[in-house]
Amino acid sequence: MTDDRPVPALPHDGWRRLHPFSPVARIGRLVPALVFLFLVSTVHSKAENGRAETDYLIVITLVSAVYGYVHWMVTRWRFEGDTLRIETGLIRKDSRRLPLARIQAVDIVRPLLARMLGVSELRIRLAGSGSTDGKLAYLAEAEAAELRLVLLAGHHDTEAAVSSNTGLPMASVTTGRLLGSVLLSLVTIVLVGTVATLAVLDQFEPRTAAAAAGFLAVYMLSFAGVVWRRLSGQYGFIAVEGPEGVRISRGLLQTISETVPYGRIQAVRQVEPLLWRPFGWCRLEVDIAGATARNQRGEGTSVVRKALLPVGSQQDAWHLLARLLGGPDPVRTRPPWRARFKAPLSFHFLSAGHDGAHAVCVTGRLNRATTWVPLEKSQSIRRVQGPAQRPLGLATVHVDVAGKRARAEFRDREVQEADRLVEELSELSRLARLQHRPPPAASNGNGHGDVPPSGWYPDPSGRHERRYWHEGQWTEHVANGGRRSSEAVTTTS
Amino acid sequence: MTLPDEQTWLRPSPGLWRMRRAELVTVTVVLAAFFGLVFLAALGPAAGGISLAVVIVLGAGSSWFVRRRYRAWRYQERHEDLLVARGVMVRRLSVVPYGRMQFVEVTAGPVERLFHLSTVKLHTAAAASDARIPGLETPEAARLRDRLTELGESMAAGM
Repeated sequence: MTDDRPVPALPHDGWRRLHPFSPVARIGRLVPALVFLFLVSTVHSKAENGRAETDYLIVITLVSAVYGYVHWMVTRWRFEGDTLRIETGLIRKDSRRLPLARIQAVDIVRPLLARMLGVSELRIRLAGSGSTDGKLAYLAEAEAAELRLVLLAGHHDTEAAVSSNTGLPMASVTTGRLLGSVLLSLVTIVLVGTVATLAVLDQFEPRTAAAAAGFLAVYMLSFAGVVWRRLSGQYGFIAVEGPEGVRISRGLLQTISETVPYGRIQAVRQVEPLLWRPFGWCRLEVDIAGATARNQRGEGTSVVRKALLPVGSQQDAWHLLARLLGGPDPVRTRPPWRARFKAPLSFHFLSAGHDGAHAVCVTGRLNRATTWVPLEKSQSIRRVQGPAQRPLGLATVHVDVAGKRARAEFRDREVQEADRLVEELSELSRLARLQHRPPPAASNGNGHGDVPPSGWYPDPSGRHERRYWHEGQWTEHVANGGRRSSEAVTTTS
Repeated sequence: MTLPDEQTWLRPSPGLWRMRRAELVTVTVVLAAFFGLVFLAALGPAAGGISLAVVIVLGAGSSWFVRRRYRAWRYQERHEDLLVARGVMVRRLSVVPYGRMQFVEVTAGPVERLFHLSTVKLHTAAAASDARIPGLETPEAARLRDRLTELGESMAAGM
């Protein structure tokens, strides 16, 4: 996208419709499933009379076409002051208002059929939520790009909105490297190995080979599907530095542009698989906090893992990491030598360290995984000592962050060190949480350094109307038009 | 800051041990009766007696282990965070900052209610950190719940 026209003003009021091709583009999503069903039914029809099943397919297509058309008929959107309103639904009405000030990211998704028809889907994500809050499928390409600028301009200043399209490129993946990385993955090797084994077997025992091939065909197809999804999903990957986060565009048939917001990053992982290490490649993943779900089951915050760099050199990774983490890498130390008895297969990688802002640890047996966790995001610190660790005088310290998977582990440290770490890390986390909250005194002009009283103040991040300030620190409680919600204080620099 | 000394730890009520012991005795008696009768019918009185003795010895052995497990539970309310320690085979110590608590849950199952006990559970956004303290007498559980809620609010915000 090289769109350097001036940002248009808010368009005229009045309802607007989606692009007339929308029903067609929506059916496009069904095409793979329909083709699959068709193939299955033709295979079956050789045995029985498959006429009825093909009729069934035609009925499915017709029904979804009618549904798509009705959906298009009843969907409309317009601007109401500084909110975007989307209405849809024939039987179950759904009306959404998206305040422009709270819009955090606008993603453009273009599936293959939509690209051929010249339309794209717009996904709008609000601050304080991890999932898509509003969706316009589909708009004409130019209209979508323009609307995206308008929506972003409502949140950031105009300059930022323009620059988010033409920000500094941080990393990109060439097709050759992507191909190489996929070829050198475990899935491909299993696939090739299976095919080779079957081919050899076919020379000596054709009947066994045929039986095995029939048995394995389903698995091989799904493996091939994984390989294909990786290739097509990460094709043409480009990461660009934007004002609210790293903007990523990728995709071969379906192009996706999405945003990794800086302030919601819970953990960053760098994985160096065994087979990639000769080339010095690695991949980066981030865990991002979604909506704070205070549900009854207590599942906690939903956390999404996203690829920040599907494959790249160490330099690419450092470049991105430096931007995301800001500041030097903490010094890592290794566990004592006797930890080799407890973790014989992973001892060669084990190391961990921390500074005032981050904890970092390295784990893994064959694949080396390095995890960075910002201490201000830590939810709890745990010390665990298992039966194999006790006689060796070792213990493991965990720094937990939101979600089920992400954490930093100081694995197999000496007991005294572990005890010290528990205290140090909980104290540093507390300080980190306090530090990342600038006082509002600077903005209300008295400038005397005395702490303002607790209460609701304008949100310094600008994404919400008000944020609660309590005893010298910002809290995650925010309010918009009298409705309270939670969003962690972000640390955008 | 240093790790707290032993005196400042709070422990679950002795009722927890009584409850665990009652559970253990019930299970042992049921198993002893079952195996005793089965072996008595199948192989005669000698086999029945031996199986009875084996089950009772196993029950006594587990009682030692359960006793240690009960004694391992302890917790401490500090200025900024709550410490919970537990476990015999795998020793765990959790430090949960009050500001990170999403909500506090008090549960009491049917057996726990017989012994007037409750379990307090702390939930944070991280799935791994959820700490619980079992076997608190109902007033103590209520006190802890109120105090944790109050501290959680004052640390997180005045919601």
